[in-house]
Amino acid sequence: MITLKDLRATVETEEGKKEILKGINLQINAGEVHAIMGPNGSGKSTLASVLTGREGYEVTGGSVEFEGNDLLELEPEERAQHGIFLAFQYPVEIPGVSNTNFLKTAINEIRKSKGMEPMSSVEFLKMMKEKAKLVGLDPSMTSRYVNVGFSGGEKKRNEIFQLAMLNPKFSILDETDSGLDIDALKAVAEGVIKLKTNDNAFLVITHYQRLLNFIVPDFVHVMFDGRIVKSGGKELALHLEENGYDWITDMKETAEA
Amino acid sequence: MDKISQENIDLKMRLIEDFSNFEASLNGQSNEMIHNVRRDAIAYINENGFPTKKFEEWKYTNPANILKNDYVQAFTQPAGDLSGIDVTEVLAESNANVLVFVNGRYESSLSRIVSKGDGIFVGNLSEAYVAHKDLINSHFSKLAKNEKGAFTAMNTAFATDGAVVYAADNVQIPEIIRIINIADARTGTYLSQPRNIFIAGVNAKAMISEEFFTIGENPSLTNMITEVFCGRGSMLEHYKIQNDGANANHVGSTQIKQEADSHYSNTTISWGGNITRNNLQAVFAGNNTECHFFGLYLLSGRQHVDNHTLADHAMPNCYSNELYKGIIADRATGVFNGRIMVREDAQKTNAYQSNNCILLSDDAMNYSKPQLEIFADDVKCSHGATTGQLSDQEMFYLRSRGIPHDEARAMLLQAFAEDVIDTIKDEYLREKLDKKLIEILMSTR
Repeated sequence: MITLKDLRATVETEEGKKEILKGINLQINAGEVHAIMGPNGSGKSTLASVLTGREGYEVTGGSVEFEGNDLLELEPEERAQHGIFLAFQYPVEIPGVSNTNFLKTAINEIRKSKGMEPMSSVEFLKMMKEKAKLVGLDPSMTSRYVNVGFSGGEKKRNEIFQLAMLNPKFSILDETDSGLDIDALKAVAEGVIKLKTNDNAFLVITHYQRLLNFIVPDFVHVMFDGRIVKSGGKELALHLEENGYDWITDMKETAEA
Repeated sequence: MDKISQENIDLKMRLIEDFSNFEASLNGQSNEMIHNVRRDAIAYINENGFPTKKFEEWKYTNPANILKNDYVQAFTQPAGDLSGIDVTEVLAESNANVLVFVNGRYESSLSRIVSKGDGIFVGNLSEAYVAHKDLINSHFSKLAKNEKGAFTAMNTAFATDGAVVYAADNVQIPEIIRIINIADARTGTYLSQPRNIFIAGVNAKAMISEEFFTIGENPSLTNMITEVFCGRGSMLEHYKIQNDGANANHVGSTQIKQEADSHYSNTTISWGGNITRNNLQAVFAGNNTECHFFGLYLLSGRQHVDNHTLADHAMPNCYSNELYKGIIADRATGVFNGRIMVREDAQKTNAYQSNNCILLSDDAMNYSKPQLEIFADDVKCSHGATTGQLSDQEMFYLRSRGIPHDEARAMLLQAFAEDVIDTIKDEYLREKLDKKLIEILMSTR
């Protein structure tokens, strides 16, 4: 579904351009769940930003192919229209824009890009109700302004609700577990599990293993200093949980010595 | 002598000549009381002339740029051709009063008055002068005095027509009154000077909307005055919607006097015109009044809109609240000058003010000037101003869900502007304004 080859990217800082991604190789197929773990500052969130086209990053090398398209050539909205979704680490509050209007516009823009007619209001409201139930979002939240006055847990749940509504092919969950207590974490994870099919794929970015107890990955990648330094099965996450990230740092230092 | 003062003198001489012609055309009416007021006004202009940009009040809006065209006073001309003037969209609001003025002249054939009956007058100034002469004499120019400046005096000197709304004590007018001012700039360069008077008696209630349109491409100037009298316990909703053409200039002065326990709310929406100056001044003459000023200006090209407001707390326990929002693109300029006066006796005053702007280009400008003058010691006053750009975070969030750049931008700007549009209580009008807002936002770059 998505193939990253030697992806390199820099970000503009006060001290000039800094290379954050130093050659990422990754292949994710339909029906798979991949997890990327790694210490703070290893480049996990930058990867999410580069894949979704956030401004401020410059791709300096490599390629990303998504379902036959050169992803890096597309605008953020075009990526979404092709089926890419990012559940934000810090969902943005948008005063004055209701969740309903926001999602209806998003869905109809995606439909428009596929040459489809806009969804009828009746159909849309029915779907909202269904999906809110599926991810356990209080239906009254849907009429409120986007994320305004939502608790941390409600914001994350709203991200998963949007995921359910837009039904993307490839979803990136960026630190979706951060700031959540165990109940909220469980609820969010259950939502994701219900949305998983053989036709879509997930990339779960996380610092901790606990989310992966619920969303069990097929593959785990360890990211360090802009590279994937180790890949394995779900047992790798457990290893990280028990041993922390120090062994990677040690391993790397040994290698460089 | 520099060029500006020469132009100023030329204008003054022309107005004095206009006035003597006007006086000659009045025949017997020149003995009327109202005419003495006019004479005082022309005398004021003769003595003081017009302001220049050196005047503090005109620092950001140069009067010379408004006055530079050789305008012909529209009232001296025969009625123009009404074909091509289409007000069907306004008339489509079936229960609305619609008063149409073309270049300041009332056109009954285009108008429709639905609110009639005891204690109600909805119509034009010359009719009101016949039907309610004492009422007009006791209110005309009582708020918009010559000391307000030469633009005010110029209107007073030549005021012949305008809208009059009167609701007697305990009378509520349920239907909105929409006053449609059309500048017909197809054939000449005209100065129109509408003069409106709104009088709400004790516990009276009304909703009035002044709306401005232009047809034709010649420069035009509308120099208007609206005097608003809010009786004790009255409630008045008042809107000003400026849809003028690219060469239309506007100087408007709305003067309000609120008696005790009255409630007045004004919403001014400016998204047309070349140079626009709105003066909005309320004086609280009784206890426990409530006053709201809301404004939205949405500017592009080289448009210039200047909102000058004054909340004059002369009595205790009054509340005033102001919210002005601007969206400014291209090389356009917004000005907000909000003056709050809290006089010595006005204890327990609550006065709030804010001005928030989004600039869409590097050359867009907004001058924001709060002016709080507080002479009482037990008051709550605050003001705030923000000027910024659209949030990159919000834009990316919307785009990451598949909403294209321009639609996302329009969505955020609409959300920003919406709380001003929402203050319009007339549903029909509000929906039209919402539609127009989106139309403008989608075409603004």
